[in-house]
Amino acid sequence: MPDTPLPDAHDPGATARADATATDAAVPGAPGSAEALASRTATELPPGEAGTSLGREAVRRVVRDPLALFGAFLVLSFVAIAVFAPWIAPFGPNDRVGAVTPTNIPGPSAEFWFGLDSLGRDEFSRVIYGARQSLLVGVVSLLMGASVGIAIGLLAGAFGGWVDAVVMRLTDIMLSIPSLLFAIGIAAVLGRSLLSVMIAIAVVNVPVFIRLLRGSMLAQRNSDYVVAVRSLGVRDRNVVIGHVLPNSMSPVIVQGTLTLATAIIEAAALAFLGLSGTDPAVPEWGRMLAETQRFLASAPHLAFFPGIAIVLAALGFTLLGESMREALDPKYRR
Amino acid sequence: MRSTVTGHAGGPRPAVDGPLLQVRDLSVRFTRKGRAPVTAVDSVSFEVAAGRSVGIVGESGSGKSVTSLAIMGLLPKRGVDVAGSVTFDGEQLLGMSDDRRRALRGAEMAMVFQDPMSSLNPVVPIGVQVTEVLRRHRDMNKAEARDEAVDLLRRVGIPEAQRRLKDYPHQLSGGMRQRALIAIALACSPRLLVADEPTTALDVTIQAQILDLLRGLIADTGTALVLITHDLGVVAGMCDDVHVMYGGRLVESADRHELFARPEHPYTHGLLASVPRLDSPRGEPLTPIPGSPTLTRPWTTGCAFEPRCTRAQPDCLGSAPLMEVDRGHGVRCRHPYGVPEPVAVVDPNGERA
Repeated sequence: MPDTPLPDAHDPGATARADATATDAAVPGAPGSAEALASRTATELPPGEAGTSLGREAVRRVVRDPLALFGAFLVLSFVAIAVFAPWIAPFGPNDRVGAVTPTNIPGPSAEFWFGLDSLGRDEFSRVIYGARQSLLVGVVSLLMGASVGIAIGLLAGAFGGWVDAVVMRLTDIMLSIPSLLFAIGIAAVLGRSLLSVMIAIAVVNVPVFIRLLRGSMLAQRNSDYVVAVRSLGVRDRNVVIGHVLPNSMSPVIVQGTLTLATAIIEAAALAFLGLSGTDPAVPEWGRMLAETQRFLASAPHLAFFPGIAIVLAALGFTLLGESMREALDPKYRR
Repeated sequence: MRSTVTGHAGGPRPAVDGPLLQVRDLSVRFTRKGRAPVTAVDSVSFEVAAGRSVGIVGESGSGKSVTSLAIMGLLPKRGVDVAGSVTFDGEQLLGMSDDRRRALRGAEMAMVFQDPMSSLNPVVPIGVQVTEVLRRHRDMNKAEARDEAVDLLRRVGIPEAQRRLKDYPHQLSGGMRQRALIAIALACSPRLLVADEPTTALDVTIQAQILDLLRGLIADTGTALVLITHDLGVVAGMCDDVHVMYGGRLVESADRHELFARPEHPYTHGLLASVPRLDSPRGEPLTPIPGSPTLTRPWTTGCAFEPRCTRAQPDCLGSAPLMEVDRGHGVRCRHPYGVPEPVAVVDPNGERA
């Protein structure tokens, strides 16, 4: 198209064209500005790095936050303790290593760091082994709850309409039941076993994930880039899977971390109420607390150490989750 | 710079007989339960021939973006009534099947959006976003699409295109993002490009680069362009024909030279007068159009621009003025500039209620 200046005095294009001629040289090839512009952007990146994804960027920001680091430290210690329990614990979880009577339960000492429990077993070793149970219940129930929740939330968010309406009403009903009560009910119906505890905690978390993913997808559905992708004729299925879903996952990832914390607490609560696995030999923080009740007056340390363990594990996941929420939230991005 | 953009895969296509895009009496009404329906676009008609560029100018809220979305078929289905006719190469677009439309979109007709940051998916690398459309419409495999994407990015002036494929949108500057967006839109050599305020979110210097790029690409490929903008400067540099939109209707249509030489509608006049000029003395105040676009009367009760018009007369009320076309220059006004006005004796006491 010829770029002839208009003869007329009414020519508001004059300003724009003046700029055009000034920067004409800047478009490709010319060494002036385009390349300079690019190299300026390039200097902001770590050398030799082609692309920093949202995930890597988030990791970088988590690492800079001391609270997040503390949370990550707790989580890593928790996982390490659970995995390497047999090597860390000085005694087996069921070894009767000392003599106890109901009125004389020794407290912490140099030999037994956390003291002995009511059956003469080493409390420290039992707390260490207890981490395995908590981690197992937390991770498995999270995986079950999150995968079912994400699948249903994806359907609701992608289809909308009556599918969405039905799913959301059912979700509302599930969320209206207090979660612990709900979990107790499910665990009671399924019978006393480790699996039923996991299922109970998973079911309680399903509606949380459904609602989160669906809301997050709804927010993305009318965003500019979705309209832009649709304007290219991309199929709806690919728009949802390739564009909407990846943008909707960050709140779900955050919720997953926070859910681990609540799952650990809920698992302890169910065990405390006597709904966990049937094998009393397997150390379990919640059940350890429950067994301690009779000896609270004579051996308060038996309540203290498992309690602290539950708190630290839950705190670690909560701190990490909260700082991930900030790291993944575009609003906090510089 | 023209030379860097030649050799586009599709090459210039032969011009078809008649207009490529024909919009006839396009109306868009937003209907919501429990609320009065809003008519955003009202009987808009225009056409674009292959290789021509048409500008649609108006303030925010004049219905220009809704017009572009209606042409592309991107308006939501629920709560929106689209009436009239939009034909592309003789094929009716309104009421077309979703499959056929998706086959056209991106391949035959594409769109460039206003805000390059929000129009690119923030969590998907640029390269994937470019190759996606190539693989969808041109049946390329991964490697072919990748090579083509590098070529496309290079053609729109993105340096180190190979390396940029892995970059995420936030790692590119605003101008680079808009270049990437243009590369995506032009990936399949569409015959029609709708650009909705393609430069509004950019710096002035970048604006000029992007416009130059668009101009070059269009000249090379013979793509028809519909340019939506509020910037008369952009129109003056880019468009063959200009349509001025107000309150959902076209109020003036003419070719570029005619429109800038002899604006007839008071609104067009006001728009031109409100643009700052380099050759006017410093410190001279701008001449804005009084009021705001919200100060609009429904067309059914008279001229929508009447509340803000400096030339309003009592007969501007009652019914909407018609589009009067004289030698290709259409104007929807009872008292346009340029026509010798009968000397009206205005009653100083009660001219406007």
